[in-house]
Amino acid sequence: MFLSHLALSLLILLPPLVCGVLALYFHKRPLVSQFLTCFGIFISFVFVVILWIDLFPELYFQADFFKWLKVDKLRVNFGVLFDSLSLLMCGIVTLISFLVHIYSLGYMKHDEGIGRFMAYLSLFTFAMLLLVSAPNMGQLFMGWEGVGLFSYLLIGFWYERPRANAASMKAFIVNRVGDVGLILGICALFWCFESLDFSVIQINLARKSATYIEFFGCSVHLLTLIGVLLFIGAMGKSAQFGLHVWLPDAMEGPTPVSALIHAATMVTAGVFLIVRFSHLYEYAPFAKDMMLFVGAFTAFYGATVALTQTDIKRVIAYSTCSQLGYMVLACGCSAYVSAIFHLVTHAFFKALLFLAAGSVIHAMSDEQDIEKMGGIFRLIPTTYTMMWIGSLALAGLPFFAGYYSKDLILSSVFLSDHQVALWAGLIVAFLTAFYSWRLLIVAFHGKSHADEQVVAHIHESPRVMLYPLYVLAFGAIFSGWFGWKWFVDQSFGFQWGDAVVTPHSLHTLLPYWVESVPVLAALLGIGFAVYIYKIRPEISERLKTLSFYKFLDNKWYVDEVYQWLWLRPVLTIGSFFWRQGDRQIIDRLGPEGVVDLSLFLSERNHKLQSGYAYHYAFAMLFGVVLTMAICFCLLYRAAPATFVHSMMGRF
Amino acid sequence: MFVGVSHYLILSSLLFSLGTLGVFLNRRHVINILMSIELILLAVNVNFVAFSAELKDLSGQVFSLFILTVAAAEAAIGLAILVVYFRNRQTIDIDDATQMKG
Repeated sequence: MFLSHLALSLLILLPPLVCGVLALYFHKRPLVSQFLTCFGIFISFVFVVILWIDLFPELYFQADFFKWLKVDKLRVNFGVLFDSLSLLMCGIVTLISFLVHIYSLGYMKHDEGIGRFMAYLSLFTFAMLLLVSAPNMGQLFMGWEGVGLFSYLLIGFWYERPRANAASMKAFIVNRVGDVGLILGICALFWCFESLDFSVIQINLARKSATYIEFFGCSVHLLTLIGVLLFIGAMGKSAQFGLHVWLPDAMEGPTPVSALIHAATMVTAGVFLIVRFSHLYEYAPFAKDMMLFVGAFTAFYGATVALTQTDIKRVIAYSTCSQLGYMVLACGCSAYVSAIFHLVTHAFFKALLFLAAGSVIHAMSDEQDIEKMGGIFRLIPTTYTMMWIGSLALAGLPFFAGYYSKDLILSSVFLSDHQVALWAGLIVAFLTAFYSWRLLIVAFHGKSHADEQVVAHIHESPRVMLYPLYVLAFGAIFSGWFGWKWFVDQSFGFQWGDAVVTPHSLHTLLPYWVESVPVLAALLGIGFAVYIYKIRPEISERLKTLSFYKFLDNKWYVDEVYQWLWLRPVLTIGSFFWRQGDRQIIDRLGPEGVVDLSLFLSERNHKLQSGYAYHYAFAMLFGVVLTMAICFCLLYRAAPATFVHSMMGRF
Repeated sequence: MFVGVSHYLILSSLLFSLGTLGVFLNRRHVINILMSIELILLAVNVNFVAFSAELKDLSGQVFSLFILTVAAAEAAIGLAILVVYFRNRQTIDIDDATQMKG
């Protein structure tokens, strides 16, 4: 190769940053920033591929660029670590990001802030690349916070909408809660290994596997503690139940953002973190059980809530939540490879679903409520086909991407012998198919519920929005098969190497039913959805009156519980401190006190300014006399004899 | 009677006090104040000349010449200001010049 690996890594990392910053500078000139950002991401993607080919089959390259932090024993270098895991992630991130950039050119065409939007997207991609290519926890944390920041900026992109602002703040704050866990985890890692480098941590894991520490008065297994803390961080980013509340609200952002950040890349950062620490989790069975439980529950929760939502993007958002639950569930069964596999296929089909949903919203003049759509499948056939492909892949119908990865996860769960998780997985497979087809039928079939004006205006999206959909659809169909060959059969010479733990062999002979039951569940779900929403629509009307339906429609009242449990007390305490602390103490003694004092003094002072010239003259004379008197006194005290002599001698 | 330097000093301090009091006690005209200031400068001049003669140093007398010049210039400027002031206010009564009152 004509370029060194170091140069290649720089060419992967830097173009999104440079082009993003330049685009931000040129945001008043949309064409420049559009070209720059798309170009930057494309360069980045090309060099990921080149580096992959160059390193193949030994996918490992690590280099340090410069020293970043050096505090006592803490040394954090800025560098890159490209192993099989991070190269794969970089490839997915840059590819999806490039497609979303292209799509945004069409979707955001009429928005005034498109330059700013493209710049944020680019900078987000840079932060994500920083995260996945980090060789140590410090750099990973920087990327982690970077994606959080750009997610905040992109959710609140339409800042004149109060709901978008609220959603962006919610996303940021909920992520901070998770970050508390992550930061504590980093501290514990450093305390334990005295280094934040992944390589050092991996080498020393076995040596530290029996360490216990005192934590809040009880003795805790250190690696379990680290695992749990890091998992709490991952829960925040990957929207696991409890910290998932920000993800559905984040749909207030523009649709390309939802596709890129809240489906394909940022939300998978948590899963990536877990897989990055797969060696550690093998020593922390309790943390794995926790992941298993949380993942299974999140998958179930997301799927049930998606059943009743009417906002097209929220349905897909809860579906994302549910699929992330699958990935975490897989990690809980030590099936890290299946988690990453599902992450990849999910990135394709979920980005496809989101972008197709964006295309629908675009066609419907910004209408997002599926109950106000209906009967539009003839008007936008391409988008409709894309939704079908995405849904087929999501539901895991055979030979589509989701089939292979979901199947692998469920077989891993079966092998790990957690019956409850297996059942949860199967039920979720059923529910997934159900809500996907509910979405398809309600949004595209049946009678039209939209205004005539809107219907008259329905049109297929421009080609610049459709081409990315074709590429993603290709991925949604074939990435499962390719992935199976690469990651599982390893028939193309791909090796995970040391990056990911692969505990049990991936080709274990499974009972026949394990492979067929998920498909059956999915088919059953489709059948139910078609029956309820297509053949007998009156059933769906009757369902809506059930209190259980309302419970799901209100997302299990999680937001309300949080409102009551956290928000109200926090606001009460906050307003108390604001009134008593800020207003009564700081303001009164600080700024306001100074103002009062200076007013009082100037009130006194202005009386000196009488306006009579002789008063001023008197003041002058008085001052001169006083000064002279003081001088004489000082001279006298310094040397009385000389002074008296010199004074008297003259006269 | 021997006229020594102390006589001159007494004279000059009398002149100085007269000038100072003139500034204070006169509450009528700005011209009076200008004249009082001339008086103060004169007192200083007397001092300079007296000390110059006493110490046999001519620079004191040179200084007195300087002061005369400066006093003349000051009187000229002061009177010019007065003329302008009178044009603006139609009076040079010192008690009316109270625009600076706070």
